[in-house]
Amino acid sequence: MTLVQHVLHKYPAVGRDNLIPILQEIQTAEGYLSKKSILEVGRYLDIPASKIFGVATFYNQFRFEPFGVNHVQVCRGTACHVLGSSTVLQELEKHLKVKAGQTTRDGQFSIEVVACIGACGLAPVICVNGEFHAKVTAQSIKEIVDSYKTKGE
Amino acid sequence: MDFTININNKSLVASRGETILEVMNRNGIRVPTLCHIKNALPTGACRMCVVEDNKTGKLITSCSFPAEPGMSILTHSPRVVESRKTIIELLLSNHPDDCLYCVRNKNCELQDLSSELHVTERRIRGIKNKANLDLSSASIIRDPEKCILCGRCVYVCEEVMGVACIDFINRGNKSIIGTAFHQGLNTSSCINCGQCIMVCPTGALTEKNHFAQIQEALSNPAKRVVVQYAPSITVSMAEELGMEPGVDINGILNAALRKVGFDHIFDSSFSADLTIMEESAELIHRVQNGGVLPMITSCCPGWVKYAEEFAPDFIPNLSSCKSPQQMMGAIIKSHFAEQENLKPEEIYSVSIMPCTAKKFEAQREEMTREGISDVDAVLTTRELARFLKLFGVDMFNIKPELVDSPLGFRSTAGKLFGASGGVMEAAIRTAYRTLTGKEMVEFQVPALRGFEGRKETKINIDGLELGVAVVNGMTNAKKLLDEIRSGKNDVHFIEIMACPGGCIGGGGQHIGTSDEQLRARMQTLYRIDETERIKVSHKNPEIVDLYKEFLGEPLGHKSHELLHTHYHQREVVK
Ligand code: SF4
Ligand code: SF4
Ligand code: SF4
Ligand code: FES
Ligand code: FES
Repeated sequence: MTLVQHVLHKYPAVGRDNLIPILQEIQTAEGYLSKKSILEVGRYLDIPASKIFGVATFYNQFRFEPFGVNHVQVCRGTACHVLGSSTVLQELEKHLKVKAGQTTRDGQFSIEVVACIGACGLAPVICVNGEFHAKVTAQSIKEIVDSYKTKGE
Repeated sequence: MDFTININNKSLVASRGETILEVMNRNGIRVPTLCHIKNALPTGACRMCVVEDNKTGKLITSCSFPAEPGMSILTHSPRVVESRKTIIELLLSNHPDDCLYCVRNKNCELQDLSSELHVTERRIRGIKNKANLDLSSASIIRDPEKCILCGRCVYVCEEVMGVACIDFINRGNKSIIGTAFHQGLNTSSCINCGQCIMVCPTGALTEKNHFAQIQEALSNPAKRVVVQYAPSITVSMAEELGMEPGVDINGILNAALRKVGFDHIFDSSFSADLTIMEESAELIHRVQNGGVLPMITSCCPGWVKYAEEFAPDFIPNLSSCKSPQQMMGAIIKSHFAEQENLKPEEIYSVSIMPCTAKKFEAQREEMTREGISDVDAVLTTRELARFLKLFGVDMFNIKPELVDSPLGFRSTAGKLFGASGGVMEAAIRTAYRTLTGKEMVEFQVPALRGFEGRKETKINIDGLELGVAVVNGMTNAKKLLDEIRSGKNDVHFIEIMACPGGCIGGGGQHIGTSDEQLRARMQTLYRIDETERIKVSHKNPEIVDLYKEFLGEPLGHKSHELLHTHYHQREVVK
């Protein structure tokens, strides 16, 4: 049984009510919503793929690409915002040539925007693979992610 | 139960369940709407239709608010007008200022509303929408930059067509109308019917245009450029030309097409007659030899693609006959080419169709022979009107001319293809004759006429009771197919057309066609059937000749090679 089937079997095969919980479970299990899983959910619940995609893109919590080898979470909470997290994010997106929610072509990096991660004293904060980096600037962000690139090799 | 409500200080009668908008419309008070669709559940999304509740001072959406006893409504108070104007200004703030380059220029609800509401300066500046054109489909172009998110296309695609290949994607100011996974429409389950274009208020949805190729062919001396037009075209062009709805422009069209420079003009109603010869023979063959029943028509390429995607279990039921467009195309590039001493590739074959799905059909692999398409380019009714303008044809000062012959003469049965139920009526007439050797006493089958989404009756052919059903609109078709899946077995022959009312309501027709206009078109087709003499396909003298000289007999060897095809299940994102 595939992972998706496993999730689906917990829910009755009708109705749109269970769509969100199903998508959430799949994302928890697989890290993202693949095209394949969305199509499978659609067939199971008899909902067109466009509808599921529409619902899923409505919520920020869902992503449609797998995580990169290195996953960069950029905090966009209030404290980080006040201290310039939006420029940090912009620089990061420019540097990696992908937007938040996406993964670089080589699969090395993915970016995610998160709300306050409870380290406001260190704002602006980013978290790469669970490691926190404090007081990040538009300059330092590039060095930080590049340091992971070499680690990966 | 009726009661009165007060609108603009006048007492008006309303009945329970009516919306304020309905009461206003009945009484000649016009309030603009954008997201509203007749007979659909209101979404209240655009707020264009707001009116002022005089008692509470609130602005309420008239399309979704039921009229209530004692209400007092102002429809054009300064507040209301200002609020509507602001909505339009907001819509314009991120809209590309592309009117001069837009197909919908002078035929756009956004333009109309901004002019009606006197928007004369840019008070609100926003960041212009940025999105890629979706050119992937053979029929439909999507330009999300011009989309104002009214949601009408989404409604039609899901509720009328049962396809649902587009929906609202993302949220807030990032919202767009798109496909699953942002893929091209060509990989989606879109059946190319074009009904979304028919309801789109702006230029966000348009048909893929073939002007350039046709112009090039027309100016290429090495090409023989031929054209055919569908049965519904002559009765549905009037609105595009500024004539009375339902006018049959008939011979004027021939003259106009000659003026443009087409070398030969054929009528697809002729090949509709040909379709009937083959299709009725196929039906009889299936009935007499235990073939797969019910047999289902396959002249609508929207329905055919739907079947390939959503109802592959019914593919064996599909008639193997090509559509009239494709039969004509095949005959032109075989028999006609031979007679004119031309190679197929020296002919450029254009067709004029009420339909965007015909563009898709023309480029299907099954519709080519040795890499050469039977039909090279397709123009919709709308495009034809523009095309004629481009060539300076004055449709009001032109003498009617005859279509070319052979391959031009038609019976009224072939002409009936334009309306839902027409294929069925035409087929019954010929099947009856083949089975009994006699003509029907009464040709018309009233039970199969009119706008109903589904029509059903029994035809008695010398003791053989044939159950027939006619559906238009894919959701109606889906219901019928579901019934058959769960055991309904009293139908033997089904006509399915994707578009409401059949091809007279096709996705390539005049935008803004009303129900009354559709009725007028249908009436004209019925009138033609009443007044003209040759009412059955098998008595069309040119059809008789074509079989004698070239095809042999229906379902014969030549027919199989040229006029029949097969369909396969299609994998799409759905
Ligand atoms: S052409 Fe028809 S099927 Fe395709 S998106 Fe438009 S309404 Fe839907
Ligand atoms: S594409 Fe047209 S019909 Fe569809 S939501 Fe946009 S403006 Fe409305
Ligand atoms: S009903 Fe007619 S116009 Fe509509 S998709 Fe079918 S063939 Fe085209
Ligand atoms: S706002 Fe960024 S850690 Fe709290
Ligand atoms: S028309 Fe009433 S809210 Fe859009």
